[in-house]
Amino acid sequence: MRVALFVTCVNDALYPRTGVATVRLLERLGVTVEFPAAQSCCGQPAYNTGYRHETEPLVRRFDRAFRAYEYVVTPSGSCAAMVRDAYPRLGAKAAAEGRGTELAEAAARAAPRTYELTEFLVDVLGVTDVGAYFPHTVTYHPTCHGLRALGLGDRPRRLLAHVRGLELRELDGAEECCGFGGTFAVKNPDVSAAMGADKARAVEATGADAVCALDNSCLAHIGGTLARRGSRVRPVHLAEILAATEEEPYT
Amino acid sequence: MSGTYLGMPAFPEAAHDAVRNPTLRRNLRHATHTIRDKRARAVAELEDWAGLRAAAKAIKDRTLRHLDHYLVRLEQAVTAAGGTVHWAADAAEANRIVTALVKATGESEVVKVKSMATQETGLNEALEAEGIRAYETDLAELIVQLGDDRPTHILVPAIHRNRGEIRDIFAERMGRWGRPAPDGLTDRPADLAEAARLHLREKFLRAKVGVSGANFMVAETGTLVVVESEGNGRMCLTLPETLISVVGIEKVVPTWRDLEVFLQVLPRSSTAERMNPYTSMWTGTTDGDGPRAFHLVLLDNGRSDTLADEVGRQALRCIRCSACLNVCPVYERAGGHAYGSVYPGPIGAILTPQLRGTGSGLDASLPYASSLCGACYEVCPVAIDIPEVLVHLRERVVQGGEATRNGVRVRLRPAKGHAAERAAMRAARWALDHPAALRAGQRLAARTRRLHPRRLPGPGRAWSDTRDLPEVPAESFRDWWQRTRGGEAR
Repeated sequence: MRVALFVTCVNDALYPRTGVATVRLLERLGVTVEFPAAQSCCGQPAYNTGYRHETEPLVRRFDRAFRAYEYVVTPSGSCAAMVRDAYPRLGAKAAAEGRGTELAEAAARAAPRTYELTEFLVDVLGVTDVGAYFPHTVTYHPTCHGLRALGLGDRPRRLLAHVRGLELRELDGAEECCGFGGTFAVKNPDVSAAMGADKARAVEATGADAVCALDNSCLAHIGGTLARRGSRVRPVHLAEILAATEEEPYT
Repeated sequence: MSGTYLGMPAFPEAAHDAVRNPTLRRNLRHATHTIRDKRARAVAELEDWAGLRAAAKAIKDRTLRHLDHYLVRLEQAVTAAGGTVHWAADAAEANRIVTALVKATGESEVVKVKSMATQETGLNEALEAEGIRAYETDLAELIVQLGDDRPTHILVPAIHRNRGEIRDIFAERMGRWGRPAPDGLTDRPADLAEAARLHLREKFLRAKVGVSGANFMVAETGTLVVVESEGNGRMCLTLPETLISVVGIEKVVPTWRDLEVFLQVLPRSSTAERMNPYTSMWTGTTDGDGPRAFHLVLLDNGRSDTLADEVGRQALRCIRCSACLNVCPVYERAGGHAYGSVYPGPIGAILTPQLRGTGSGLDASLPYASSLCGACYEVCPVAIDIPEVLVHLRERVVQGGEATRNGVRVRLRPAKGHAAERAAMRAARWALDHPAALRAGQRLAARTRRLHPRRLPGPGRAWSDTRDLPEVPAESFRDWWQRTRGGEAR
């Protein structure tokens, strides 16, 4: 099977390890991974701040970059939700404004072929045991867009349950937002920091070595807050846990 | 502190102080978590919750599509039952109508059932200016009124107060408004309730005019419905000689069969009860029973304009259950006052800027008072996609666009103060749509990464004040791919 990796702009620039881990994991499972270089950002920061028109070129770019692939896989619940939920809305609004159906058609092509990583593993590949090895205590933070917009349910937990050596610790108030929210962290810094501090305290209370999630932007917020508190808990993207094996351990 | 919410600071500034108030944070956290957990259990009891939610949404949408028809039908039914209907285009007109009606009775006091609509119009202040005193009789509204405070929650207006604070307010203030609190009042809930009961009984037995809102209005019979827990509302609705109900036009439902759906979803969503203790219904006037005169003031105050907006109109489905407030992580930290509106929390963040417009700094900040986590949409019993409307209103703030104000289609200009952000978004769009330039920027950032400041300037400063920044890696993913895979795929 051949899939395109949508690595996302945040992972490309700041968390290349997550992209590398996703490639290693998918290749280990027999998938041929390609990286269309024409890809860019999904447009979520602009769209969620109210700049719909600034987002439209990125919808077209996404469509051009990925239309040749049956599956687009991304290690981000938030960016997958952007493509699946917001792109069709953008297309519909453009059509309603009398600007034709081209954007709606681009959105209609992009949305159904885009999968968040755990969705792709469980629903398309049909695997929950990916042969991973991660000998640490871990707590899992289900990020809001993965949890509610995509409805990932227990897919991430089922994958974690099969990781050898991993002990999962329950996170109190797991389903509460960590307070990142893109530009929310900048526009409402006090509330965002208060939410982050509560999340960091809950993470620390689990006593886990690591906190994992499906979005590096949320992990940057939680991890940055933990680091400032002098915590030893490390933020790790779920893809990096699933990519780790005894032969090639997480470092 | 009393009065309207106008002139309050924008949300981030108001939240700044709330976040630093440990008592407020503790009170809000305790109350919202308790009620949200109970709501989840009450909803989980029903096998057909999803179906009820879909039905509630569908009934509201259908009614809103034909709102003119159902309002006329309601007016006919109310009139036929002996009531009088008044139409108020805005808050000032509603207040004028109510003031004139009270004056016509010759009374200078009214008792009130908790009512969001009259909070919205600032009726108490308008009456006060005409020498008429309005007594709030809902326990929480009484606490707010005695404390010279403003409500912070739709269902529990005094949610920001704990028992000790309430005891102090009763002991110090009750005497100024009527019967004083008993000596040696403790903070036991039963003692506090008894003090309020004695204080309010005096008002109920004396008042000749009652003012109420309504949760629902049934068009087919002209029946109004108030759903409550304490029974104080029923006293206000039945004892006075004149009853004046001020109700938003969106509260109409076509038939009693439609009402049945809402009487199931509302209590479970709001107080987590299977059924609320008191459901009062009144239809016009009846000889020898209840008020002799009944007036219904139908309030628009921005609702028709909201209805004209295809995305934003779903906010008018709201049945004021407050489930979205109780589950919202932003409301929990910022408190209700920060929203500067009688409607706080997620629903306030989408309803207030539509009813009032996005012209003021406060109203323009409300659509951003959310991390878009989606918890509000998940619990909403009428399935209002609050995140969708928030993003829609953010667009109105930063890009302007078409909107309806006072029934006229207008082209809104972008709100002030977003010029730098807009320039940054345009620059980012250009860079993101030119991957070669983006890549050059990434490489430059990687090469200079040792020089990056640990603290950010400008709008990012708040981030680096409380959180460590991620480090820029030596190599981007794109460069890793090219180095290890040789050349670029496509």
